[in-house]
Formats: sequence, C-alpha cells, structure tokens
Amino acid sequence: MQWFACYLTTGKHMGFYVSFGTVLLLLAITAPTALAFGFAAAGAARSAVAPLRWIGKAYIAIVRGVPDIAFFLFFVIALDQAFEWMRHKVKCADWDQPIRQGNDFVVCAAAKLPLGNSPQWMHETYGFFLAVLTFSIVFGAFAGNVLFGAMRAVPHAQLETAAAYGMSRRQVFWRILVPQMWVFALPGLSNLWMVLIKATPLLFLLGVEDIVYWARELGGAKTPRFTDYPHGDWRMWYFLALLIFYLAFTRVSEVVLGRLMARLTHGQATTGGEAQRKAAT
Amino acid sequence: MSCWDTIADYGLRSLGIGERLLPREGFTLCQQVTLIGSGMLWNIYFGICALTSGFCLATAVAMGKASNNRVLRKLSEWFIFIFRGSPLFIQFFFAYFLFLSLKQATGMFTAFSSAWAGALVVLFLNTAAYSGEIFYGALLSVPKGDVEAADAYGMSGWPRFRRIVWPTMLRLAWPAYTNEAIFLFHATTLVFFSGFPALQQKGDALYYASYFADKTFNPFVPYPILAGYFILLTLVIVGIFGLINRHLNRHLPQDARPKLRVRPNLLR
Repeated sequence: MQWFACYLTTGKHMGFYVSFGTVLLLLAITAPTALAFGFAAAGAARSAVAPLRWIGKAYIAIVRGVPDIAFFLFFVIALDQAFEWMRHKVKCADWDQPIRQGNDFVVCAAAKLPLGNSPQWMHETYGFFLAVLTFSIVFGAFAGNVLFGAMRAVPHAQLETAAAYGMSRRQVFWRILVPQMWVFALPGLSNLWMVLIKATPLLFLLGVEDIVYWARELGGAKTPRFTDYPHGDWRMWYFLALLIFYLAFTRVSEVVLGRLMARLTHGQATTGGEAQRKAAT
Repeated sequence: MSCWDTIADYGLRSLGIGERLLPREGFTLCQQVTLIGSGMLWNIYFGICALTSGFCLATAVAMGKASNNRVLRKLSEWFIFIFRGSPLFIQFFFAYFLFLSLKQATGMFTAFSSAWAGALVVLFLNTAAYSGEIFYGALLSVPKGDVEAADAYGMSGWPRFRRIVWPTMLRLAWPAYTNEAIFLFHATTLVFFSGFPALQQKGDALYYASYFADKTFNPFVPYPILAGYFILLTLVIVGIFGLINRHLNRHLPQDARPKLRVRPNLLR
C-alpha cells in the first residue's frame, strides 16, 4: 500500500497525469475550432457564389471519403512542409537550390519550424498546435456536413416568409436560419463529440506525448538498476486504466448531452417537444 | 527493372512471399502502388473475417438486448457500451498487452499476440458491438402487424424468428449496416499502428504508405495512392451490399424499396 502510494506519485507519473490534461485541452480547443470550420464550410456550401459553393462541398466530400487515420498521418507532414515552404519563400528569397532534392525536403535554417535552437517546450507546443489544426480540419468537415444538413432541415417556409418581409439573403441567414438550426444539428454534433473523444488517442501517432505514450513508457518492465520501483510488464493495467477513463468520459458526456437535448427540444414543434409536452400534462 | 518485375517481387510481399528487402532508394511510383496494394490484402482479410464472424455475434447481442431476461439484457448492454464507448485504438493496445501477459503466464495464446489472430479478435468484438446496436434498433422497429400475423399462422419461437422477425430486421438494418461495413474496413488500418508488430515488415496498406512517406519525406504520393485503393474498396463494398439489399427487399413494390444511402464515415 505504502509502496503504491510512493510509486504512483513519482515525477514520471505526474507527467502521465498532466497528459490527461493535454487530452482535455485538445478537446477544449478543437471542438470550437472544428465547429467554426464546419460552420464556414456549411455556409460556403450554401453560398450563391459558385466557386465558394464548390470549395465548401469539395472540402466536405473529400475528407469524408477516406480513412481518417490516413488523413492524420498525411496532414501533419503536409502542413509542416507547407508552413516551412511559405517561410522559406519569404525569409530566404535568394536561396538558389531546389527545395525537393530527391527524397529530401530542404529549407534554409531560418525557415525551419520551430527554429533549430529553440527550447524543447517550443517543439512540443508546435507539435500540439499541428495536432489541433489537423483535428480541426478533419472534424470541421464532419461538422460541416452535419450543419449543412441541419440548415436544410429548417422549414423552408420560414426562409420564404423572411424574404417576403424584405430581408436580404445575409439577414435571412443570420437572423432566421442560424438561430433555428441548432436543434436539428445537436444530435449529429453530439455524435461527433463522442467520436472526437474517441479520436484523441491518435495524438500518439502525431508524436505528442499523450496518455498512450506515457502508458507504454510507464507500464514496461523495469529492473532495479534504473528505478527505485521495479515491476514486471504492467502495460496491460495501464491500458485498462485508459479504457476505464474513456468509458467514464463517454458516460458523463452522454448524460450531459441528454440533458442539453431535453432543454433544447423544450417547446419545439417537433416530435420530441410534443412528447415532452404530453409527459408533463 | 520493369514494372512487371516489381509486381512479381512485391505483389505478395505483405504475406512474406517474394523479395525480402523492401526498396530502400530510388522509389518508383510502380513500387509504391504495388506494395501498398499488397498491403491491402491484410485490410481485406481483417475486414471480411471480422465482418462475417461479427455478424453472427451481433445478431445474438441484439436478441440479448431485446430479451426479457434481465441477466442477458444487462450483459448485452454492457458489452455494447464497453466496445462502443472506448476508442478502438486503446482496445487494440489493451488486447495486445493482455494477450502478451497471458502468453507469458500460461504459455498459451501465442497466436493471439500476433496481428492475424489478436487484432482479428478485437475487430470481431468491436464490429459485433456496433452492428449489435444497429440490429437492436432495427429489431425494435419490426412492424407489429408482421409479428401478429405470424402468431395468427401459429408460428412461434424459432420458426417465427427465422422466417419473420430476422429477415425484416435485416432488411431494416441494411443501410446502416452497409455504413458499418465500410467503417470497419477503414478501421482495419489501425491494426499495425497499435502495438501489434508487423513481423518482417509484413504490414497492411497504411503501414507501407507511411513507410514510403517516412523514407521519401513526401506524403503527396503514397497517401493519395492509399486513398485511391480505399475508395475502390468502398465502391466494391457498396456494390455487393447493394445487391444484397435488392435481394432482401425483392418482395416490396418498386417504389417502396429503401435506397442505400451511403454516408461514411467517422472514425471510432
């Protein structure tokens, strides 16, 4: 017992606990960003300007058709190279060698991201930033699809009435369509939230030191030579703990989203709202 | 070296047949297409085996969740919650280390610590949970009149289930189940990224794609190839499931038949 109390509070375990915070932070940043991306995509897909509409629809369609993990692996390298390429063009205009030398991707030292001489935490933050951007792009497409559907679910008569009152397209969009679409979007969005929770272990693939990384690190067999707390191969137990963490998190989200849905359907002219009204009387 | 030689050398590389060393330099487009395609064999193997075995368990789980027996119902509900509520990635890791520990403790389970059996078990249970939930939803929406008519004909128990409830359930669940199948094939790409080792570099399509991306620092060739293969695979799945869908709905009038609407795909 004493042994466990000491073992579970070593410095490395503290890193493990902090990484749970990393996961939660990722969720907290990604969810609004993805929603914004999705909103922009859905808005673009409805736009009256044809090129904008094509861009919105293509974005939604492409990201949804391919295994997501491939996207996660692809975007991180591609985004990294895109950033470095842009900085290269700006900062080293007089560089005469080609950037792609066979299999190598070469940019000048000043364009490296993060700079070669920057401290360790910069590298970690940059990696985390790339991960957030990747998640946002992929989930933005999913959210865009959900919101696009929700916008079409808003009764068309509402929009026509607004137009008949002399509102411009912009006014109809912001004052009539957007406030009403959330009820229709919520089931899809809450589903997406569950999926987002379950996608967080992929951070590991992106090279961020997240809970999967630490669980592998800490669980491995330790000999007395390297640590004060030798033990056998405990990775199984660490992953069991992660499994339980995710199950608990999913359960809590289910309950909270259920309450939110109940509140939003209150007084709505949908079957859900009608059922609520009947149950109350 | 022509492209045919490359195909002969690497076409079955993912099964360990052919050239032993992977290409190390001068990567040609042909090599990338061949090796990634060879890796697709594993994705197809995992997908088909997990789907067919998972189908049987899913029916059982759906029946369990809808049954009046409290124990059966709770068991099925927990099974579905555990496998749908946690990331597949973590399930793979946990299963791998579980099998590893069991192997050391008992000396059995040797096969399960390698991908072809261990990952298959996880995929099998996972898809059973997801499709179990789909089938359960369909089971609840089997029209009441159908069951009453069966009762009136004196059917009960097994014949009623076999001839009335089950076919209707399948028919109703089929569009959602198609998506689940596509989804499962996409999920097979996770196998070699989650603990399960690719012995002698016998990996799946994504394994080879990321190998090329690592070696060439150029993700713009291997990943689009991978994407192309998966789009092809998805089209094939949609085709096959569409045929089955037509078979299941053959008794309905033409305009009452539900269309397959494919809406892939979120990751699990």
